[in-house]
Amino acid sequence: MEWKNVVEQMFPDGHEVCQDGDLIKGVACCGEHTVAVIGTTNHTDVGVELALALAAAVLAVIHDHPTRPIVFLVDTCGQRLRHRDELLGLNGYMAHLAKCVEMARGRGHPVISLVYEQALSGGFLANGMMSDVCAALPEAEIRVMGLAAMARVTRISEERLAALSLSSPVFAPGARNYLLMGGLAALWEGDLSVCLEDALKSVDISDRRRTLGRERGGRMLTDQVVQRVLASA
Amino acid sequence: MTSPSRLSYYESTARARIAGLLEAGSFHEWLPASERLTSPHLATLGLPAAFDDGVIIGRGLIARKTIFIAAQEGGFMGGAVGEVHGAKLVGLLERAILDRPAAVLLLLETGGVRLQEANAGLIAVSEVMRAILAARAAGVPVIVAIGGQYGCFGGMGIAARCASTIIMSEEGRLALSGPEVIETACGVEEYDARDRALVWRTVGGKHRYLLGECDVIVPDSIVAFRQAITACIADGNDWSLAALDREHGLLRERVSRFDDCKDGRDIWHELGLGDPDGLAMLDNDEFIAAAHGHRANEL
Repeated sequence: MEWKNVVEQMFPDGHEVCQDGDLIKGVACCGEHTVAVIGTTNHTDVGVELALALAAAVLAVIHDHPTRPIVFLVDTCGQRLRHRDELLGLNGYMAHLAKCVEMARGRGHPVISLVYEQALSGGFLANGMMSDVCAALPEAEIRVMGLAAMARVTRISEERLAALSLSSPVFAPGARNYLLMGGLAALWEGDLSVCLEDALKSVDISDRRRTLGRERGGRMLTDQVVQRVLASA
Repeated sequence: MTSPSRLSYYESTARARIAGLLEAGSFHEWLPASERLTSPHLATLGLPAAFDDGVIIGRGLIARKTIFIAAQEGGFMGGAVGEVHGAKLVGLLERAILDRPAAVLLLLETGGVRLQEANAGLIAVSEVMRAILAARAAGVPVIVAIGGQYGCFGGMGIAARCASTIIMSEEGRLALSGPEVIETACGVEEYDARDRALVWRTVGGKHRYLLGECDVIVPDSIVAFRQAITACIADGNDWSLAALDREHGLLRERVSRFDDCKDGRDIWHELGLGDPDGLAMLDNDEFIAAAHGHRANEL
């Protein structure tokens, strides 16, 4: 879905959200809340400039509008694969963005993410996966890598991986698999403004993803292992 | 037998690093290999498992202070993070919030997400990032050491930079996408993964130190890492909006200042280091002296 359609459906009471290159930025109304909207579009890759621009947007909200909710609109094909970005320390820029999101959460900004098109590995770790509530549209594409690429890396045939994917959410791309594993809080269907209002009510500062993964049967071990470490002598 | 002071960090196993860093006999391991906690996803794929899933966690003493420690074993799947591996790291970090050790020390040696556990690995790395930041927000310093054969790459390269402090050796490597990944995606003209000097000038310890991507650089010995860790525990952990603002300014300055640089050498030249090629030859003390006042984060 186009980001404009997403924003219009999410904020029927009005918004001032604009696109600047691959960056989306602005404010919008959600019930009695004014929320900051920050995101990316065009399935863009995230290099040092874009990571920095996203971080700047988050810092500006923290400084200028304490506790204002932040809505991330996620559409990225992953981290930029360039020598130049690695030379400049792209991991440091991504971490900076992640730290800004964490700082916002810690200072009382609810942070909600919606994957409305694509989310891939490195580009997703630093924003969407840092939020209090990470949701996706059902048709959104979320993955580490496709099955063909995974088959090359693991030297396991694509057919076998596809077969395994029918019984396990671990291997294959897809929003529903991330939902089962707790990586997504919800898939948003129907009225997006209602989905957002509900999400803003359900914000929980702790990381509940492993509990969700266990409850939904898609990721059973994480919670158990963490509990065992906590309970060890 | 090699004396501990000479023991190479680079060539040591995860277990030998822990043994060399902690006070003798002080290590207490949680979920040791005897508990046979293996990855179910590797089993599904018919791949061999490790009884610690490639990471060792526990507590011990450094300079008489209790610290929590995790060491990734590069020898098992390149230290990559799967569900169990990640959960052990998260458990350690969350326990630190309750038990309040002087620091959490993460000896990272990893390619990032374990691709065989695709989605589970990605979520696990994200949970590790969040747990590192939660520990820091709770006032527990998180110290990362990087100096192993497999470097620290992928999502764990991001996680490393979420820590309070990073200590690297010259042999250590830190980045997001590794050279092979970029070469495969964009071609050898973009990044020649077999050009070891080029790779070192991009991801190696000296370049990361000059850029301000790591805080401390040490020679490749376990003892040198131990001394640096002891000092970093005392440095504590500045988790504040002011520190983030400062970091933002430095990162913005870095992009504009080095925008035209094509190579690590160009950046070092811009930093005013007289003979960029000579830097590779300097030993650790000489290098630190030469770098003094020239690091990008010292401006």
